[in-house]
Amino acid sequence: MSSETKQILTTDGIPLEVSLKKAEKKNKIKAFFLVAPLLFFLFLTYVFPIGEMFTRSIDDKMVTNMLPKTFKAMEKWDGKELPPEEVFAGFYLDFKLLVENQTQGKLGQRLNKEKNGFNSITKKLLRQIKRNKIDESISIKEQIMKVHKNWRNVEYWQAIKRTAPPYTFAKYLKGMDMYFAPDGSIAQVDEDRRIHRILWLRTLEIALFVTIFCFLMGYPIAHLLATLPMKYSNLLMICVLLPFWTSLLVRTASWMILLQQQGVVNDFFVMIGLVSDDSRPEMMYNKVGTYVAMTQILLPFMVLPLYSVMKTISPSLMRAGKSLGGTPFVAFWKVYFPLTIPGIGAGCLLVFILAIGYYITPALVGGASGTLISNQIAYHMKTTLDWSFASAMGLMLLSGVLVIYWIYNKLVGVDNIKLG
Amino acid sequence: MSKNPEFVKFDKVDKSYDGKVLVVKDLQLDIAEGEFITMLGPSGSGKTTCLMMLAGFETPTHGEILLDGNIISNIPPHKRGIGMVFQNYALFPHMTVYENLAFPLRVRKVEKDEIDKKVDKALSMVSLNGFETRMPAQLSGGQQQRVAVARALVFDPAVVLMDEPLGALDKNLRESMQYEIKHIHESIGVTVVYVTHDQSEALTMSNRIAVFNDGKVQQLSDPAELYEKPVNSFVAEFIGENNTFNGVVVDISKDKCKVKLANSEILANPISVKSKGEKTTVSLRPERALINPSDKMDNMFTGKIEEVIYHGDHTRVRLNLLGSSEFILKVPNSTSNLELKVSQDINIGWNSTDARALDPK
Repeated sequence: MSSETKQILTTDGIPLEVSLKKAEKKNKIKAFFLVAPLLFFLFLTYVFPIGEMFTRSIDDKMVTNMLPKTFKAMEKWDGKELPPEEVFAGFYLDFKLLVENQTQGKLGQRLNKEKNGFNSITKKLLRQIKRNKIDESISIKEQIMKVHKNWRNVEYWQAIKRTAPPYTFAKYLKGMDMYFAPDGSIAQVDEDRRIHRILWLRTLEIALFVTIFCFLMGYPIAHLLATLPMKYSNLLMICVLLPFWTSLLVRTASWMILLQQQGVVNDFFVMIGLVSDDSRPEMMYNKVGTYVAMTQILLPFMVLPLYSVMKTISPSLMRAGKSLGGTPFVAFWKVYFPLTIPGIGAGCLLVFILAIGYYITPALVGGASGTLISNQIAYHMKTTLDWSFASAMGLMLLSGVLVIYWIYNKLVGVDNIKLG
Repeated sequence: MSKNPEFVKFDKVDKSYDGKVLVVKDLQLDIAEGEFITMLGPSGSGKTTCLMMLAGFETPTHGEILLDGNIISNIPPHKRGIGMVFQNYALFPHMTVYENLAFPLRVRKVEKDEIDKKVDKALSMVSLNGFETRMPAQLSGGQQQRVAVARALVFDPAVVLMDEPLGALDKNLRESMQYEIKHIHESIGVTVVYVTHDQSEALTMSNRIAVFNDGKVQQLSDPAELYEKPVNSFVAEFIGENNTFNGVVVDISKDKCKVKLANSEILANPISVKSKGEKTTVSLRPERALINPSDKMDNMFTGKIEEVIYHGDHTRVRLNLLGSSEFILKVPNSTSNLELKVSQDINIGWNSTDARALDPK
């Protein structure tokens, strides 16, 4: 509107906009209080934990807090040759304090991860300090250098310096099978140790194929559901939803019963003579098991959005397409299918995102070749207790999902998603 | 050009959905080329089923449907070349108006230039030029309706079927669309089979009307005959307003019969009664009964006014006459109008030719 537009006033002379805001204010406040519990809940259970995960994944404050004097002195050190006396002195004082608190062991372990050998040389230094062999009145540098030859090696001091920043992205690099080389550059781990990349790719591959299988199977079911007369469609709907109401664990376990080598499916194959009794195929503890079980479990997530979209498509549209001269295929492809795209988008996105973070099914039926990245995360949570690494991988998974969502939005548009 | 009087032919067609009830019973109907025929009837009377059988979405349980002499029962809908306008328009919501109209041409592999020309022509026929790039959701109900009509006509089909196409429009728009569709039909001469349950729509638009009830065609004739000369009480009741008297025939000649009511006798025109003693329902259009007739009429009675309702162009008067208090009179409003008052006694008269003795209700 042009600035010439006259401001509209109410009969009292108050500008209409002000009056409107005032009138709606009460309702807005009411509405806010109604959603406040949920907002609080979401913050508490979602935003806060994710933030916590992030800080945990990049947290590297332990050494920073243990060696404050060392790092203070190191600020002036160029890191190319052995550090000057002040650094040695600072390190000695920090280390003595740790010894008094009996926490020097943790430092040794942590530094050992950065460079092999730290564990033993810190133990040697500990012994010297316990025996009061270090004389604080003369050069501490000379005395420490005599404790072990590695204390004279500049690489060890460089390793200490690398742990100075309170934050590190090393865990993220590790999640992609990379690490910080001693000179600070990013290097790849040896080819035979790149397990994470294989897992990432496998996770994407399985999620993609599960999505495709779910789509191929779910589309006709959803169509049938949407077009059958009510009494049959209700029955079919129950068939679709029944697995949904069964515990995930129970369903996965039943797949184990079906798919194992002496299982029902294999027995059936042998019975109809498809395979011989002594060459029963492995259908579990590999990708096949993961595919089969995940597709079955995620199928309702594809069927339901598709169904709700198809339900709204008037059957007269297909008829119109046919009466106007389109073959049944043309009528389907040009008229019906484009109208179901919002449902396809919603279903595929839902299944893909669920599949990419799937845990229990691959853990139970996946075996070695069928496990996904989430199983690796769980492994680090429960077994190695490397929570910061687990957090880093969890966040990488989350950002992966966000990237997929972003790509989807670019390609199809989120407005085109329809869940019902 | 000689018109084929049996362009579309329903030949002894039966239709049942469940094997127990016949929705369409022994339908025999010929539709001439270029004709505008309306299937009129209450819901559930089988009219839409007939249309769906003609379009190819339902198959007749028995009998054949012929289009221009060819049996089409085994031809799938997309090969019949019949245009159809659906009840809710069935415009493709993801296509623009242009794409909607181009659809039937594209599937027929028509050249691009030719498509443009035909779409343009069809749109100008419904005066919607300039709307090519709009989506159906951006159009009003009336505009969507016109697009649907244009789409059904754009590929020059031999027959166009319309399934209650105006049902969703408001009254004024419906009336103007009635004329518009009628004019389009007159200008291009396509055969139209129109289904509706709205009798005024049927009377306005059609060359002939087939009144359906209970799976059967009750009467097939032009609008005037249908209104003036209904052949049975259903048609008389369904088309227009109607005063009825139930009685027994006590005397009958060639063009007159005497019907005994509860406590009086009237003269009527025997249509479906043949002999004395038959029960009958006499039907009389409200506008055929006159107040204080100047000419001598063969039915003259006195009634008492029960109710007077002002309707703008006419006044409806409900009378207590011959033992029934449901007798309706339509009095045109003119400058020399009578002062009609409730509980006043007035003289009513009508000719026996207008009182049709039909089958008993």
